[in-house]
Amino acid sequence: MLKFIAARFGQGLLVLLAIYALTFMLVALTPGSPFSTERAIRPEILAQIEAFYGYDKPPLERFWTSLTNALQGEFGPSAVYANRSVTDIILEAFPVSLTLGTISLLVALFIGIPAGILAAVKRNTWLDYLPMSASMVGICLPTFVLGPILVLVFGIIFQLLPVSGWFGPDYMVLPAATLGLFYAAYFARLTRGGMLEMLNQDFIRTARAKGVPESTIIWKHCLKGGLIPAITYLGPALAGIISGSFVVETIFQIPGLGQWFVKGALNRDDFLILGLTVLFAGLIVIMNLLVDIIQVALNPRLKYDR
Amino acid sequence: MPSAYWNKVLSTLAFAFLGLALASCSPREREADIAAAQGILLIGNGSEPKSLDPHLVTGVPENAIIQSLIEGLVTYHPTDDTLAEPAMAQSWEHNDDFTVWTFNLRDDAKWTNGDPVVASDFVYSWQRILSPALGAEYAESLYVIENAMAFHQGEIEDFSQVGVKALDDHTLEVRLKGSTPHFLLMLKHYSFYPVNPRVVEEFGGMTDRQSGWSTLENYVGNGAFRLKEWATNDFLEVERNPDYWDAETVKLNGVRFFPIENVNTEATAFQGGRLHITNEVPADRIPSLQQSNSDALMIEPYLGTYFYRVNTTREPFDDPRVRRALALTIDRELLVERVTQGGQAPATGFVPSGITGYTVSKAVEYDPERARELLAQAGYPGGEGFPEAEILINTSENHRRIAEAIQAMWREKLGVEIGIFNQEWKVYLDSQSSLNYDISRSGWIADYVHPMTFLEIFTSGNGNNDTGWSNAQYDQLISQAQRATTEEARFAALNEAEAIMMDELPVLPIYWYTRVYMKDPRVENWNPKLLDNRSYKYISIAGS
Repeated sequence: MLKFIAARFGQGLLVLLAIYALTFMLVALTPGSPFSTERAIRPEILAQIEAFYGYDKPPLERFWTSLTNALQGEFGPSAVYANRSVTDIILEAFPVSLTLGTISLLVALFIGIPAGILAAVKRNTWLDYLPMSASMVGICLPTFVLGPILVLVFGIIFQLLPVSGWFGPDYMVLPAATLGLFYAAYFARLTRGGMLEMLNQDFIRTARAKGVPESTIIWKHCLKGGLIPAITYLGPALAGIISGSFVVETIFQIPGLGQWFVKGALNRDDFLILGLTVLFAGLIVIMNLLVDIIQVALNPRLKYDR
Repeated sequence: MPSAYWNKVLSTLAFAFLGLALASCSPREREADIAAAQGILLIGNGSEPKSLDPHLVTGVPENAIIQSLIEGLVTYHPTDDTLAEPAMAQSWEHNDDFTVWTFNLRDDAKWTNGDPVVASDFVYSWQRILSPALGAEYAESLYVIENAMAFHQGEIEDFSQVGVKALDDHTLEVRLKGSTPHFLLMLKHYSFYPVNPRVVEEFGGMTDRQSGWSTLENYVGNGAFRLKEWATNDFLEVERNPDYWDAETVKLNGVRFFPIENVNTEATAFQGGRLHITNEVPADRIPSLQQSNSDALMIEPYLGTYFYRVNTTREPFDDPRVRRALALTIDRELLVERVTQGGQAPATGFVPSGITGYTVSKAVEYDPERARELLAQAGYPGGEGFPEAEILINTSENHRRIAEAIQAMWREKLGVEIGIFNQEWKVYLDSQSSLNYDISRSGWIADYVHPMTFLEIFTSGNGNNDTGWSNAQYDQLISQAQRATTEEARFAALNEAEAIMMDELPVLPIYWYTRVYMKDPRVENWNPKLLDNRSYKYISIAGS
């Protein structure tokens, strides 16, 4: 198993390096500079600013400097926000996204998985149709529609919850619900599919024939295998959900990471784009590795050496 | 991740559900009411400030915050944009031709770290913004000072040759390169603001762009308020400065600025009681708000022009008759009434109305018949044979709607088919400055209340010209205006220059801006301002 983890880890590092190089190249090729503004800057002033941030050096040299710095955990200064390094920005915004993401994911799991199990067990009854229709709506209804609806109902009409901002637990309810319900819909459908596949297996029919109680069949025999599709999805979902959602952060004015992805790209803030991309890619690599390990533990048909 | 962190996350979760349960009992108290009772003003401020260093910033959100933290020699008058109020200078004199100004600094002004504000602080600050190594984008606004340009462009290295001198701790003498009666209006701009030399030196020195002096921990100002909290992308709060020289006048206990970029989020925040003042209003909501929320909806003139640049180096736009034909076919009345809907004024010239003493040009009115004649004279009768061309816009729903309306007007009245091409902001800036466009959407907001700030950008080779247009007579009139010794002579020369520009039309004026926003009726002394510069010290809020 250690060999498996080490190999996967090594592959992950290579992936990160490739992503870093590709991102650097794409950013360098994109037209526009972090320093261009609507009001013209005199060329000699622009040259001073570019020299200050090292943009006067050839791209290869810049790539090498930024890579060696990044390996030491230092992604450089933001070219747009004075006095702030990319590391500062990430350290300030990541905990916010992590908190929101964790709560949303818990909402998604607590709603999505029980709903999926219920739908599979009570297949073709209203207990199946109702949550599955709801989840279809949830998948189709983007967060930028669901969010404002929740705000309108709970924030403006009934005035029970804050409409936006990030100042305490009551401010987290609506954004977490918006993000959580969206993912809950996916988890419900994936769990239902996984459970149905298990319920049709031969060994379940055997168990039923032997008179094993239905609750034991569901909780003990089916659940472990039935959750595999949901767990496979958990990796990318977790990486996506904790690195911030631009849409939800914009609707609720939440100071998380998602906004920085967009701001970085729009401002051509090279170091910020690189730092965030590496962070996001790193999260996906780690989450996928964890999911692989959990999957083998849950599914005896897989082995670590494969 | 330490387990303490997870404890925090889990307890937060528990609290969140508890919060929901409790909240479901009764409507919550609105932030706007709580803040009003505390004397704190809540303002939607567009976007996250890029810095609070007055010599490095260029944006509107940064300006709004710096106005509360730092004061220059003079400051904005609470109601009249053409006046300057005493600030660090309690009085001033100038010679007859407005070239030498002497400012008497007050002796009770202090920085928030306790240092007195002295004349040499201004000398240091102006040297700082003019130092080539700092790379300050707004250094050019100080070019009005004798030898400032030479120092900034590295032609002289001795700052003592630049026309600013501290005669003693409380007397500052400024020598200008030409007669400038409106110098006081220019001084209100943040590029002329002082910084505390000792603090700047301590945290990196005069020309360090990443100097730590302007962070939350180290910030030192001299304004009516001082920096209290700054949570990135969340909010920035300033509180009353007890050491401010005019502290008795200050009414608010603090101001909280929220960097809300999305206009719909901001409108919802206002509706949900999180803000007293918004930065904008979604354009499509203006008509309904005029019905439902007319006491909160504010529409005020704003000194800026929305226009199209025309690339005068490309066929067929190198022909002034073609440019005039296009300008005459834009039905501006219809456009502001049906498309923009924010009370904008149809632009009949390039300099907006609202500048006292300046005659507004009426050169560009709606006249499709004359336009068809001109187009025929230029060789395109009924639009026949008119080459393919495009309007370049930066990606935005509002710009697209305006472009589509104008496109339809040109098609119907002139028979000319012109496409619309959108580019992302930075790409668009590149295309515009490299003259890689046919017609390009643009806007220009005044730096100070004077026609010069609109007209000088179209002199030959000016970095902001971006049309390829150049006219020797125009350049000569602008330089004549810069040297004029009376304001009447200056306005006359500028009027003449604008007439030349409106005759040749390197730009097609479309409308003069308004600022549309929402304001809680409890906010008092928040007056209409042509450039949205607020004197926070006079503003108050009922309920505190």
